[in-house]
Amino acid sequence: MSTERHLTMARAIAEAIAQEMDRDDRVFVMGEDVGVYGGIFGATQGLLDRFGPDRVMDTPISETAFIGAALGAAAEGLRPIAELMFVDFFGVCMDQIYNHLAKNTYMSGGALRLPVVLTTAIGGGYSDAAQHSQCLYALFAHVPGLKVVVPSTAYDAKGLMITAIRDDNPVMYFFHKGLMGLGWMKYPETAVTPVPEEPYTIPLGQADVKRPGDDVTIVAVALMVHRALEAAARLEDEGIHAEVVDLRTLVPLDRTAVLASVRKTGRLLVVDEDYRSFGLTGEIAALVAEEAPEVLRAPVKRLAVPDVPIPYSRPLEAAVIPSAAAIAAAARALVA
Amino acid sequence: MTLTRERAIDMYRTAWTIRLFEERMAEVYLEGKRPAFDIGSGPVPGEMHLSAGQEPVAVGVCAHLRADDTVVGTHRAHHFAIAKGVDLRRMAAEIFGKVTGLGRGKGGHMHLFDPATRFSCSGIVGASLPPACGAALAAKKRGTDSVAVAFFGEGAANQGSFHESLNLAGLWKLPVVFVCEDNAWAISVPKGKSTAVADNSVRAAGYGMPGVRIADNDLLAVYEAAGAAVERARRGEGPSFLEVETYRFFGHFQGDPEVYRPPDEVARLKARDPLPRFAEQLLRQGLVTPQDLDAARGEAARAVEDAIAFARESPYPDPADALLHVFA
Repeated sequence: MSTERHLTMARAIAEAIAQEMDRDDRVFVMGEDVGVYGGIFGATQGLLDRFGPDRVMDTPISETAFIGAALGAAAEGLRPIAELMFVDFFGVCMDQIYNHLAKNTYMSGGALRLPVVLTTAIGGGYSDAAQHSQCLYALFAHVPGLKVVVPSTAYDAKGLMITAIRDDNPVMYFFHKGLMGLGWMKYPETAVTPVPEEPYTIPLGQADVKRPGDDVTIVAVALMVHRALEAAARLEDEGIHAEVVDLRTLVPLDRTAVLASVRKTGRLLVVDEDYRSFGLTGEIAALVAEEAPEVLRAPVKRLAVPDVPIPYSRPLEAAVIPSAAAIAAAARALVA
Repeated sequence: MTLTRERAIDMYRTAWTIRLFEERMAEVYLEGKRPAFDIGSGPVPGEMHLSAGQEPVAVGVCAHLRADDTVVGTHRAHHFAIAKGVDLRRMAAEIFGKVTGLGRGKGGHMHLFDPATRFSCSGIVGASLPPACGAALAAKKRGTDSVAVAFFGEGAANQGSFHESLNLAGLWKLPVVFVCEDNAWAISVPKGKSTAVADNSVRAAGYGMPGVRIADNDLLAVYEAAGAAVERARRGEGPSFLEVETYRFFGHFQGDPEVYRPPDEVARLKARDPLPRFAEQLLRQGLVTPQDLDAARGEAARAVEDAIAFARESPYPDPADALLHVFA
């Protein structure tokens, strides 16, 4: 049992899928360029060679058809993993996801089980503009019936993927392109972690305190976790101890962990790479407002994309996606 | 429409403007990304999808279009934009993310909008067809003979919007021409592994319109077929479908390792380069002289260098601009 190998997030995800495919031959993968290419972001690297084209299936550009097919196959007892190449493309298949995959279990009074994992790439910061840089997990978290997973490290990614595959419910699994450890896109070193070789699970609905602290709580997912950690390191030099809470899962949401942290610090900063309004930051703020308003020593602060499409030009994009400096400034202001 | 000397030279110049622009973009794109490739670095960051080799589709079709005709393109749309007459400086500036760009730097290479030439493109596969139907619908409602052209790839022919749009256009007899650019690859997936039929033009009959397939990236053959389709639309007889076999000289995106592509394929395609073939055909027909073609190539080269210089010299937008233009 070795914990010394470091894996990129992409490798960790592919390894999780491979181990589950070994364990359970009902698991198969469908998506665009998941085969020879290994997934545009490497999430299915090595799988075609190992399992063959019957279990690692390249599809046409027909998201409604193949994602609908995933739910149909799941109803028949198979366990498909379907990849939606970029979350931004959900528009062409959303009906199958939010009206059927999300709701059939409920509408059937619990009679149907739909063990589908829908993987998709999120995130910007590398100039891919408005239609290829979004996060949008809040849209999916908003519709009852979908579990929503957003890992920030290789270790979390593998454990959460194995749990997702074993879950008999639909799980939307969002991996940030800037965390995958791709050879062609910068990524924070903190995304690469030791990953145990044997299969292991991380429960859904369990947040992880990535850095403990007493002065201010910073809640984030995905890339924003790493930027929050960078900010926390700077703040430490100034004598401010920030606690970074990585939610890891949005549905189910680890309300207990968020409340415990805010009860300790009394100050909450929620950082999100998704759009500001009607999303994750508002949800966390509402949670505290409902359950523990009396512990707040300052108003909740939200840092997110300011309700604009992601612009292409580098100075514009840098201005709208929260930076480590902006996170540190916001946290500093809360503590002052 | 008879090919005149003037038009032939124009088309040749346009084809070379495209080729030279794409080749320059391939070089410029790598600036700031070496030694280790980082997609977010350099003066042209992000994705880059180049259309070298696919000039015949753009040039052959757009030669028949006027400023009041609409073109909606794909994620790989530089050739469509150039052939439609989009200002090359403003297009280059947009690709460089400068405030002098078509979208003030907000759209970038996949999202080029030019109302003056009724050109637009986007990065979602299959998204070009419905808006082209809409432009055609507007022309029909106004009683003009403007037409719309939707360009898309053979990968898009399996997307829902393709089927809906063709049916809508066939049903409402919209003056739209659907042009499928078949470069054989949807990133790593070859047509034979994505499409239930070998030839998408057979699908046209299923939607109540004529369909033709043009083989082997032949610019003049595209020109002939597109001319007939555009005329048909202008006469109020409704939509047509063209599938053009073309060649993608570069990878799906710049930086694509193309592990999926047979190693000699690009070399074989380049041996069939459509631009020298077009030149030979024009010369053989006695339409142009070699001097005409050289002069046209010279003009193309100057236009490309001028546009890129303009882009480089232009300023970036102010970060505060990011909050503007969400709504009109």
